[in-house]
Amino acid sequence: MTLNGDSAGGDDVILRLEDVTKVYSGTVAVKQASLDIRRGAVNVLVGENGAGKSTLMKIIAGVEQPTLGRILLEGKEVSIPTPAAANALGISMVFQELNLLGNLSVAENIFITREITHWPRGIDHGAQVKRATEFLDRLQAGIGADSLVEDLMIGQQQLVEIAKAVSLDTKIIIFDEPTSALSAAEVEILFRVIADLKARGVAIVYISHRLEELIRIGDFITVLRDGRVTGHEMMKNVDTKWIVRQMIGSDAKDFAKSGEHAIGEEVFRCEEISLPRLTGGLAVDHVSLIVRRGEILGIYGLMGAGRSELLECIIGRHIHATGRVFIDRKEVKKKDTTARIESGIALIPEDRQRDGLVAILSIAANLTLSSLKRIAGAFFIHGKVENKEVRSAIAGLSIKVADPAFEVSSLSGGNQQKVVIGKALMTRPKLLLMDEPSRGIDVGAKADVFRTMRRLAAEGLGIVFVTSDLDEVMALSDRIAVMSNGRLIAVRDRSELSETDIVSAAAQGHGPHAAMGA
Amino acid sequence: MASLDRGTMILNLMKLRTFIALFAVLMFFSVAAPNFLSTANFILMSKHVALNAFLAMGMTFVIVTGGIDLSVGSIVGLCGMIAGGLLLYGIDLPIGYTVYFNVFEVILITLGVGIFIGAINGLLITRLNVAPFIATLGTLYVARGVALLASDGGTFPNLVGKAELGTTGFGWLGAGRILGLPVSIWILVVLAFAAAYLARYTPLGRHIFAVGGNERAARMSGVRINSVKMFVYMFSGFCAAIVGLIISSELMASHPATGESFELNAIAAAVLGGTSMSGGRGTIGGTIVGAFVIGVLSDGLVMMGVSSFWQMVIKGLVIIFAVVIDQAQRRLQQRVTLMQMAKAG
Repeated sequence: MTLNGDSAGGDDVILRLEDVTKVYSGTVAVKQASLDIRRGAVNVLVGENGAGKSTLMKIIAGVEQPTLGRILLEGKEVSIPTPAAANALGISMVFQELNLLGNLSVAENIFITREITHWPRGIDHGAQVKRATEFLDRLQAGIGADSLVEDLMIGQQQLVEIAKAVSLDTKIIIFDEPTSALSAAEVEILFRVIADLKARGVAIVYISHRLEELIRIGDFITVLRDGRVTGHEMMKNVDTKWIVRQMIGSDAKDFAKSGEHAIGEEVFRCEEISLPRLTGGLAVDHVSLIVRRGEILGIYGLMGAGRSELLECIIGRHIHATGRVFIDRKEVKKKDTTARIESGIALIPEDRQRDGLVAILSIAANLTLSSLKRIAGAFFIHGKVENKEVRSAIAGLSIKVADPAFEVSSLSGGNQQKVVIGKALMTRPKLLLMDEPSRGIDVGAKADVFRTMRRLAAEGLGIVFVTSDLDEVMALSDRIAVMSNGRLIAVRDRSELSETDIVSAAAQGHGPHAAMGA
Repeated sequence: MASLDRGTMILNLMKLRTFIALFAVLMFFSVAAPNFLSTANFILMSKHVALNAFLAMGMTFVIVTGGIDLSVGSIVGLCGMIAGGLLLYGIDLPIGYTVYFNVFEVILITLGVGIFIGAINGLLITRLNVAPFIATLGTLYVARGVALLASDGGTFPNLVGKAELGTTGFGWLGAGRILGLPVSIWILVVLAFAAAYLARYTPLGRHIFAVGGNERAARMSGVRINSVKMFVYMFSGFCAAIVGLIISSELMASHPATGESFELNAIAAAVLGGTSMSGGRGTIGGTIVGAFVIGVLSDGLVMMGVSSFWQMVIKGLVIIFAVVIDQAQRRLQQRVTLMQMAKAG
C-alpha cells in the first residue's frame, strides 16, 4: 500500500510525527502516535472525545511539548517549543476555543505580534485594515476589518480566526473543529477557503466529529482511539462504517446490562427551571422533569443545548436561576449549593479538573470534602471515621489507589472520575446528577462507571445523566429526555424512541425557526 | 531506579528546608555573635518573634485561601490606640458620664475591634467582590488614619491605670511571666496549637485548603466559600489585635504608628514557612518556623553589629531564595510523581 511505503508518498509528506507520546500528570493523552501530514491535501483526524486529537495538534502547533518521540518537518527533526516557533516554521492553527482578543479590532487581531509598523510613526493602522480587508474579502463573510471582535457573532469570530491563520501564509494549517460554531453558509465559505489553500499546496489538517463533512473534503484520514492511531487510509477507500469501527474499536462499548429492578416513587421533581443567558435569551427554558427512585434518566442534546446548565441550576450553582425543586415531594427552598447537597442532591460535574477535584489535596480529602459535616461530628474530623468512609468508598468503586494520602492528581483520569463519584455518593444522595460521566476516561473505566450507575439505580438512587453519545443514552437510560436550545423537546421511555427520533429532536430549535418549533 | 531515589531524597531535604535554615542561622550566630547562646537572649528573641508569628499565623490562613491581608499592621496600631485610649480616658457618654472599663473588658473590646476590621475586609471581598489586595490596602489606610486621629498623632503614655477605676494590671500581658516564660509566648503556644488543630482536624480547616486549592470545585462540593473567607480575615484581624495589645502592654504606651510594615514581615514568614502565594498550600508549623528564621536572623545580625541597611538586603535575599527553592521543589515533586507513576505502570 502506498500509504505506508516511504518512497511513493514520501515527497508529499511535509510533516511527520514519529512515536509521539504525551503524558499529563494523571493521564496518558497520546501513546506512541505516528502521523504523516501531506502537502496540498486535506489530512483528516477523527476520534471520540479524549482520543487525543487536540493534544496531538497542540504538539504540532507548539502549545504542548511531546514527552517522547520526534517531529520531522520536511525530513529534518525539529522541536517546536512555542506557538511563535510553530509560526516561524510555517505552521498555524485555528483553535477550537477562540484565541481572539475581544477588545481589539479584527485587523489588530489578524496582525497581532506582526504589526505593520513604520518608524517613527508606529503601527500603520490604515495599512493593517487594508491588508486585513483583502483576507476578509477572500472569505466573503461581510466582516469589517475595523470592527471590534467582541461585537461579532461567534461564527464570524471563527472566520476571523481562520483569516488570521490564512494571512500567516503558512505551509501547514490546522483546523480544530472549525465548523462547530459555523452556520451552513459559513461552512461553505470555509470549504471554499480550504479548496483554495489546497490548490496552493498548503497542507491542511482537519479535525471534526461530523463524518459526512470529513468524507466530503478529506483526502487522507487518520483515526485515533484512546491516544493511539488505529487507522490511516486514503479517504476514497473508506466509508462511514470503517471510520466508526476504527473509532470505537472491536471492544465496542461495554454497557452494563440493565438488570431489571422495580422503579419506585417520585424522588425528584423540578418545575419550570429557567436560566437567563448573559447574552440574552434563556440558556435553560422552563424545563420540568420528574425522576423516580431507581430510575436512570438520560438527557441527550447537542453542545450548548442547555443540558449542563440545567444540572447546574438543580444543584444551585446559578443564583439567577428560577423554578422550583422538590425532593421526596418536599420543596427545597434554599438555592445555594450547600443546602441542595444537604437536601439529597449530588452533582458529578462535566469538567472534573475545574469543578470536581481540588488537585492539590489528597485523595481522601477530596472524597470527604462534601461530607465533612457528617464525619466531623460536633467539632473535629474523626480520623477513624474518615478512614473508614474513605476505605469503603475506594473498595465500593474499586478505585485503584496506592495510598489515599497521595495527591488526587496522581491518579489516572478514570480513577479521578471515580473519586468525584465517590465524593458525591458519600453525601448519601437521593438524586445523582452526572454530567458526561464517561468523558475523557478510557474504555475499561467507562464500563466500570456504567456498571456503577446500574448498581446505584438498583439500590434505589434516582440518576440523571447528560451525554452527547447516542449509544450511551440508548443503552443506559430507562427514560430519555432530549434537550435543544434550552428547551426540553421530548421525554419518553427508552422503548418509545428510536435513534433517529432522538437525533432529529436534538436538532430542533437550532434553525432560524427555533421559537416556533416543537 | 537510582535517579528516583535521589529525587525523593532531595525532595525530602527541600521539604525540611525551613528547619534546615533555622538550624543554620542558629549555628551561625552561636559562633559569630557573642552572648547569642544564652537563655536570656533566647527569651528576648522569642518575644520579638512571637509578635510576627501571631500575624503570620493569621496571614497563613488568608494566603491559603488564595487571598492576602495587607491591613494587619494598621490593625496592630489601631488596636493599640483603642486599648490605650480606653484605659486612660474611658468613653465619654453624651450625658456627662465617663465609662471606664477594667483591663479584662478593654482586652475583649480591643480583640472585638480587630475581628470587626477583619469582618469588614471579609465583607468587601465576599459581598462586594473587591480583590483582597485592594480591599485590605484600603483598610490599611483607613485603620492607620483612624489610629492617628484618635490621638491627633500623639502617644497615649503611661498606661498604668488607676486602682480605683480597676484599670491597673495591663502591663502583665507584656511583662508578666508564667513558669519563667513571658505571657506572650504562652499565648502564642496556645494559639498556634489551636490554629494547627483547626487546620488539620476540623471541617473548617479542610475547607480553607479546598477554597485555596480550587474555589470552583469547593463551591460545587458544597463548601460555603463566603463563610470560609469571612473566617480567615476575621481570624487575621484577631491575631493583629493580640499583637496590638501585647506591644502596648510591653511599652505601657500606645503609639499610632505602631505596626507599620508588619504585614510584610508576616507575609515573609508565611512564605518562608512554605505557604504558597497561589493558595491551597501551607502549614501553621512551617509559618512559625519561618517567623523564627526571620526573627533570629534580624536579632542575630543586630548582635553582630551589622548595619540595619545590610540587614534589609540580607532579609530580602533570604526570602527570594526561599521562594526559588519552593518552586524548584514543586517541579521536582511533579517529576518524582511522574516517575513513580511510570514505575507503577
